[in-house]
Amino acid sequence: MTGDDSFDEFALRLGGLAVAPPRDLTGAVYGDWTRLDGPVGELLVAFTEVGVSYIRTAESVGDDDDTFRERFHALFQRPLRRTSDAPAGLRQAVRGHGAAQVPVDLRVLTAFERDVLTATRAIPTGQTRPYAWVARAIGRPKAVRAVGTALGNNPVPLLIPCHRVTRSDGNLGQYVFGADTKERLLRAEETNVDELLDFARSRIAYVGADGVVCYPTCTRARSAADPRGFRTLAAAEAAGLRPCDLCTPAG
Amino acid sequence: MCNAGRSLGVHLSMDDLPESDAETDVAMLAAIADDLDAGFAGMVRGYQRVVYSVALRVGAGADADDLAAECFLRAYRALLGYDRSRILALRPRSWLLTILLNTWRNTVRGATRRPAVAMAELPDRPAPGPTVEDVVANTETRGELGALVSALPENQRLAVVLRHVVELPVAEIAAVMRIPEGTVKSHISRGLARLREQYAKEVVR
Repeated sequence: MTGDDSFDEFALRLGGLAVAPPRDLTGAVYGDWTRLDGPVGELLVAFTEVGVSYIRTAESVGDDDDTFRERFHALFQRPLRRTSDAPAGLRQAVRGHGAAQVPVDLRVLTAFERDVLTATRAIPTGQTRPYAWVARAIGRPKAVRAVGTALGNNPVPLLIPCHRVTRSDGNLGQYVFGADTKERLLRAEETNVDELLDFARSRIAYVGADGVVCYPTCTRARSAADPRGFRTLAAAEAAGLRPCDLCTPAG
Repeated sequence: MCNAGRSLGVHLSMDDLPESDAETDVAMLAAIADDLDAGFAGMVRGYQRVVYSVALRVGAGADADDLAAECFLRAYRALLGYDRSRILALRPRSWLLTILLNTWRNTVRGATRRPAVAMAELPDRPAPGPTVEDVVANTETRGELGALVSALPENQRLAVVLRHVVELPVAEIAAVMRIPEGTVKSHISRGLARLREQYAKEVVR
């Protein structure tokens, strides 16, 4: 029976409209993963064609590939395959060099979580900002606690430096891989952790110099000749200082 | 595949056309049942041409590869919940094309009705449904026949693409489109008639 479906020349031309996709779609569907050395031991890293999507320390998955794969699957529901090549620049990026140039894949996150991580990405190496600064930066100044939760769920720590976000009282606060790892990472990027903790003990959250008030790790504050500590932004402003345009301190 | 035979002008019956490579499918499905992540690449590689071609020709245009990738991702997610016997019983081509058409209906085509919800992660997605201008533009860029196909009414377009672009048997088209075989044949014949008419008018001047 050919019936209506007789293959004449015209129908044959239609067959010529079948074409292969412009790229092998396994690349669009699969995540790739590999291991690489990081600043706090070996890292297990997964990435898609969009960008880096998942980073765990070997320590956090008990140095077990299957645990890493299970967690990846639970979060992304994508097939995963092993590769030997890490994305370009990632090795340097997880050490704080050129992290902003390495693409990330944050598609599984909510818009709020993406905003939090995008703002966090702007914190320079060697500096810290409080959770309240991130909340202000994304236009949700009251969502400080939710910012903390979003950072705790950061799927790409190190690459998006959630370890640089600290408590508003100056203490370092919690971290996805534990508070000790957070401190090690900050010290590895030459953040002056001892000074930060001294300030916290003295309840100093802001530093003023040359008519400007900054966060203590701001380059301007660190190069100031005669810095002065403040507990609140309001107190600094009452003393006639204006907020720094580099570190944009939030109240 | 069968082009050599058909180029001789022989009218093949449906039964002579390969429904799909059954042996390859059995091995591919067994590999998926053994190890989903390792085996799934075989399904993607084996069917990406068919899935992409349908995505492209039903009207996804430049987004066809994203739509096809989304289809495979949904297939993978479905397979996560299937046991071995259900995986081995799959008819992968019609199963994938059914997922593709559902995906297309729920996302790309529905983008104008439900803006930026399901496809939020795939930005700047134009609604398909070609206008006269689209047809003219497509005629210049993608070949006039493809543009004419994309201008067919939806059911005719689907039926013609499934029958003549990716060469599915009518019964399989009926299953994928969830309509009776008689209706499929009618859509195909009306679609072809319309294409011939348009083709003669616009191309063979």
